[in-house]
Amino acid sequence: MHINTFDHYQTGDSLIHRLDPRVKVVVTVLFILSNVLLPDGAWLAFLLAWGILLVSGRLARLPLAFLLTRALVALPFTLAAVTAIFSIPGEPLLAVKAGPWVLVATDNGLNRFLSILFRSWMSVQMAIVLTATTQFPDLVHALRHLRIPRILTAIISFMYRYLFVLSDEVLRLLRAREARSARLPGSKAGGSVLWRAKIAGNMAGQLFLRSYERSDRVYNAMLARGYRGVLLTMNPHILTARDWQIGVVALLLIALPQLVARIN
Amino acid sequence: MKILPRPIPLHIPDGFLNIGVSLVFWALAILLVGFAVRRTQGELAERQIPLMGIMAAFIFAAQMINFPIAGGTSGHMLGGALAAIVLGPWAGMLVMTAVVGVQALVFQDGGLLVMGANIFNMGLLTAIIGYGIYRLAAGRSRNVRLGAAAVAAWLSVTAGAFATALQLWLSGISALGIVMPAMLGVHALIGIGEALITVAALSFIMRTRPDVLEAEGEARGGWGWAVAGLLASLTVLLFSPFASSNPDGLERVAADLGFLEVGADAAYEILPDYVVPFLGDSAFSTIAAGMVGALLVAGLVYFLVRMFRRPVKI
Repeated sequence: MHINTFDHYQTGDSLIHRLDPRVKVVVTVLFILSNVLLPDGAWLAFLLAWGILLVSGRLARLPLAFLLTRALVALPFTLAAVTAIFSIPGEPLLAVKAGPWVLVATDNGLNRFLSILFRSWMSVQMAIVLTATTQFPDLVHALRHLRIPRILTAIISFMYRYLFVLSDEVLRLLRAREARSARLPGSKAGGSVLWRAKIAGNMAGQLFLRSYERSDRVYNAMLARGYRGVLLTMNPHILTARDWQIGVVALLLIALPQLVARIN
Repeated sequence: MKILPRPIPLHIPDGFLNIGVSLVFWALAILLVGFAVRRTQGELAERQIPLMGIMAAFIFAAQMINFPIAGGTSGHMLGGALAAIVLGPWAGMLVMTAVVGVQALVFQDGGLLVMGANIFNMGLLTAIIGYGIYRLAAGRSRNVRLGAAAVAAWLSVTAGAFATALQLWLSGISALGIVMPAMLGVHALIGIGEALITVAALSFIMRTRPDVLEAEGEARGGWGWAVAGLLASLTVLLFSPFASSNPDGLERVAADLGFLEVGADAAYEILPDYVVPFLGDSAFSTIAAGMVGALLVAGLVYFLVRMFRRPVKI
């Protein structure tokens, strides 16, 4: 399986690509934090925040369409926020009859719903800028620098290493099942639901045992190649003056929407 | 072919939980994961790390396994209960944390700020309930253990949904009377798929390599887990119907306790959430309230875990 199937890193050599990953992680988290703290309906502040996002995307030389389409992954959860349209008191806009209930959409409710959506959408896009400009091993090292326990970063590194191998394995299992599942058009292959569940469970169990037995071989192979408990990266990870400068500028920019929101 | 496995919709994105709720669940997650990290240290840790990493990749891959149920829907597995049963509770929690973390970092499946809550819902709660309920049947016959595993798996998914709905309500995003029954209803069904796959997988492992189960899973937890799992499950089971059928009553109680302020007359609109009384409505008060809540909850969990600690078996 090609690394690009899962990894959304976009190869490039922009300002943001060259920025230290620690700075990128901190700026991303603070941007998202600032978003969440913006009050409902502070549309000017939202626009400013979006501007910051566009500038980051531009500096990272990421195509705009890339950001927009990848951000849609957060869309399904918006259903959870839909109830906000009907449950916040305010000027009624329209009434919807749903069975025995009458749901009244209010302007405050709509304001809230759209604010939630916009905040969430912007946060996802910033996270995408982060992962598109930072290779995964560098990201993990940034986490390590930011005091995430070594055992966790080690597990995540190993997980990433074997994600593709095991995903290939599971796709093979699924394909094998597909190849052995003759069925008449319009009906499901296999007997009852329970039987199908049993087969799926067997596949999971099979995958588990293969992974488990593999881990021993993996560990010994790594020991034989000089593994000493830490996965290394070629990137030296030194914070330069340029990193600090960009970090400070980013923080000041992030503070801007906050100020605008509070002043109004 | 859709590669991205996201069959069980519990990954909360950023912007859907307010700061207070995020902080409380970050505190819980950090505390529990911290315990898990400490419990898996020692000489065994080095050998454990490649295993846990690969197991995390396994859980991720196993989430892609499906089986058709009816009308275009298919059953999937989240894997929290299975991970805890086969690897032991602490390792299971670490593995699921890695899965949720990577899903958030690499796929933006789940936000960064709300990762604490996501880790708690999908990684920690599922492992605690999954292992706890399974542990109740320790030493019994194979069928009893498989039955317990089925209940454990179903409860773990339902509890995750319960926690998610609760967090959304506390953040003022969704109305309790709608989100709780919706989440619980959908996930009660999804949980059946989880239970079926978990039991089938466990049965397979018991048949082919029972020694793995003994070495990893059953040796690693004491009776305290059964109590913890039972308590958590009972909380969910008893609270859910009450919350679903009487949301107004719950909101009134919460408002009386100063817990939830759906303030219509705030100076400026802020997410209705925790407020510290003398600080009034402001972002600072929200964060302060969240931190106080986080510390209280963390302290409580800390003492509970200390009570149920089992001596480490080398």
